[in-house]
Amino acid sequence: MPELQVLVFSTNLISDVGIDSAGLMHFPYPANTTIIRLPCSSMLRPEWVLLAIKSGFDGVFVAADGSDCPYLKDCTERTAKRVDLAQRILRENGIEPERVKMAAICSVCAEPFANLIKDFIGNLEKIGSVRRGR
Amino acid sequence: MQKNDKKIGVYVCHCGGNISDVVDVKKVSEEASKMKNVAVARDYMFMCSEAGQKMIEDDVKSLKLDAVVVAACSPKLHELTFRNVIKRAGGNPYMYYHANIREQVSWVHEHEKEKATEKAIREVRAAVAYVANSEPLEKITVRAEKSVLIVGGGIAGMRAAIDIADMGMNAFLVEKQPFLGGMTAKFDQEIFPYGKGSLKLVNDLIEELKKRHIIVVFTNAELEELSGYIGNFLAKIRIKPRFFKESCKDSNLESICPKKVIDPETKEVRSAIMMPPFEGAYPEVPAIDTNICDFCGQCAKACSAIDLSQKEEILEIKIGAVIVATGFETYTPKQGEFGYGTEGVITLSTLTKILSKKGYLALDGKKAKSVAMIYCVGSRQEKGNQYCSRYCCSAALEAAISLQKAGTRVFHIYRDIRSYGKNEILYEKASIGGSLFLKYNPDSPPTVIKNGGKLTVKVKDLLTEGKEVDLDVDAVVLVTGMVPRENEKLNSIIKVSVGKDGFYQEVHPKLKPVETMISGIFICGTAQGPKMAVESICSASAAAAKAASLILKGYTELEPFVATVDPNLCSLSGDCIKECPYNAIYVYEYEGIGKKAKVNEAVCKGCGACVAVCPNGAIQLMGLRNIQIENMIVNAGGFND
Repeated sequence: MPELQVLVFSTNLISDVGIDSAGLMHFPYPANTTIIRLPCSSMLRPEWVLLAIKSGFDGVFVAADGSDCPYLKDCTERTAKRVDLAQRILRENGIEPERVKMAAICSVCAEPFANLIKDFIGNLEKIGSVRRGR
Repeated sequence: MQKNDKKIGVYVCHCGGNISDVVDVKKVSEEASKMKNVAVARDYMFMCSEAGQKMIEDDVKSLKLDAVVVAACSPKLHELTFRNVIKRAGGNPYMYYHANIREQVSWVHEHEKEKATEKAIREVRAAVAYVANSEPLEKITVRAEKSVLIVGGGIAGMRAAIDIADMGMNAFLVEKQPFLGGMTAKFDQEIFPYGKGSLKLVNDLIEELKKRHIIVVFTNAELEELSGYIGNFLAKIRIKPRFFKESCKDSNLESICPKKVIDPETKEVRSAIMMPPFEGAYPEVPAIDTNICDFCGQCAKACSAIDLSQKEEILEIKIGAVIVATGFETYTPKQGEFGYGTEGVITLSTLTKILSKKGYLALDGKKAKSVAMIYCVGSRQEKGNQYCSRYCCSAALEAAISLQKAGTRVFHIYRDIRSYGKNEILYEKASIGGSLFLKYNPDSPPTVIKNGGKLTVKVKDLLTEGKEVDLDVDAVVLVTGMVPRENEKLNSIIKVSVGKDGFYQEVHPKLKPVETMISGIFICGTAQGPKMAVESICSASAAAAKAASLILKGYTELEPFVATVDPNLCSLSGDCIKECPYNAIYVYEYEGIGKKAKVNEAVCKGCGACVAVCPNGAIQLMGLRNIQIENMIVNAGGFND
């Protein structure tokens, strides 16, 4: 099985700062991650999750702004809607909806981020890689 | 689709080993050079150095690069640096992507070097995919309110307010307590430069504040809400009633009040009536502490200045920037920590308060003949507060000099004496005055024993070959440091990052020492970490200057990352209009096209919520178009190469 690869969507002002703080504290998490920054997690177009899986990523982790979002008070609800839709699109395409996960990562959430990513990759290992058989 | 014939330069930074010790930067650069559209790829020791910047500048000019990727530290540090490099070279600063391979690669994947290199390559691939579809952009200029809100009325907050006013801006100073002065006003101690008491400093600042009519002071007040963005914040201030119409000098009022509590900060018994705590305090009007008062009305009968019908007020103010100067709290030792809780064992702040009142230390009415001071209590701990509190060595030596003047013998039991810089004079003075210094190893710290009314400190003194010394003393002073203030409510309002140590975190200690991740919000004083009074004042002036540099012009430039509608794709579903939290999108009659959605650039904050809901992909974010994100997603992994 090829090594699992996870695409992370972070947010410029909040969750990317939290992910940076893991670096500042040298708090390790798996290296099979790739991070793309958005201004706010509510910008995520649901079809981008399917695109990521089709492009070879085994999972998509949405590091949402949560209640710290500088733009939207209801950022969590809005991002959750996008992720719900993304799961529906995955299901319609015969892909396990568990391949996308959302969690709010605050600007000092180093340890929670590291733990959530580890757990997410652990769960993906049970489903396997989308590139299996290649 | 746009044409993809752009010439891209990729620059991989070693960060002097911070990156290159983990990531194979040569390999990253080599891989980059093979990527589509990449005309040049280089690695360098410090890309942010003058030579590194020059290298990029020269390449942009000579190779006519359209876009640049730098793979280095976090974009929060140097994105702007490299955008400016492109600008200097005559290019457009927005034809740029900053790949983070330090905080998000080398610093977290130290034990997986190969995988870290692969991740760095993926991040560079994504960056190249982004810039391949980038377009030149211009900044948006918005009006900025020329006024600043300062939270915290200690020495740092007062200094910042004075400096803001002197630059011609309105300053709103909000203090939670009923009186200005903060921690510095709590005890009258000599502070650097010596020969001047801390209360004198507070009084001087209060006098300066009073002279400036463009400073508005709210005491007994708190920041309740903060909305908006740099240049255009809206703050709600909650002002609690003092229940005093005017000043009242009747000192009996305090005894008339039947409520009595021990003040958590001064450890003294007080009533609900809070009289001005020192001569020259501001405001002169007393206040009633509503946490204690049960409105029995006895004070109102005795004094006509009291009005118990006063109501709380909420005030809205428009400001361009915010300075946070909320200060520190002193460390309270745990019960039993070096004998804390035993009679005769006190903290440095208690000693200082006693000395500033009496000039000597007496316990049970007898003047103490000998005192042992134990240093680094609550600071530099393996578990707990790891930082040095900076001020305590100098403050303890200062107190020791006063004790010695009053005829008390002082033993200093220390790990290291850090009376740095000009404070060294205190160490000199204390030594000449008869202080005895004993050095302990943190692995075998001193112990405090009370045996039949006698206090004994046992210490293994490293200066006498680790011999155990028993010191019989009349009092033990625990030299306690600073801890961060608990500001849960404020933190949820201002949303400034708090570091591992609990103090507010600057963006970078050297590059952006008073700036926070939230543009327009600055930090200073001990809210940011332990500081001496001088250092607090310096950082306050720095924060004021930084705030001014952003808003004093009366306008501020915003990044061009706002939403834009392609009217040819828009089907006017109305989804984006409903989704926008700022009402920035409206229906507009486009010439020759008809009614479609349009974005008000000055109102749009660039969150991108509209982008997610558009059925046609007609509304997109400038600087982060859908095609850029999609290109990053498709190419980052390199799974299909």
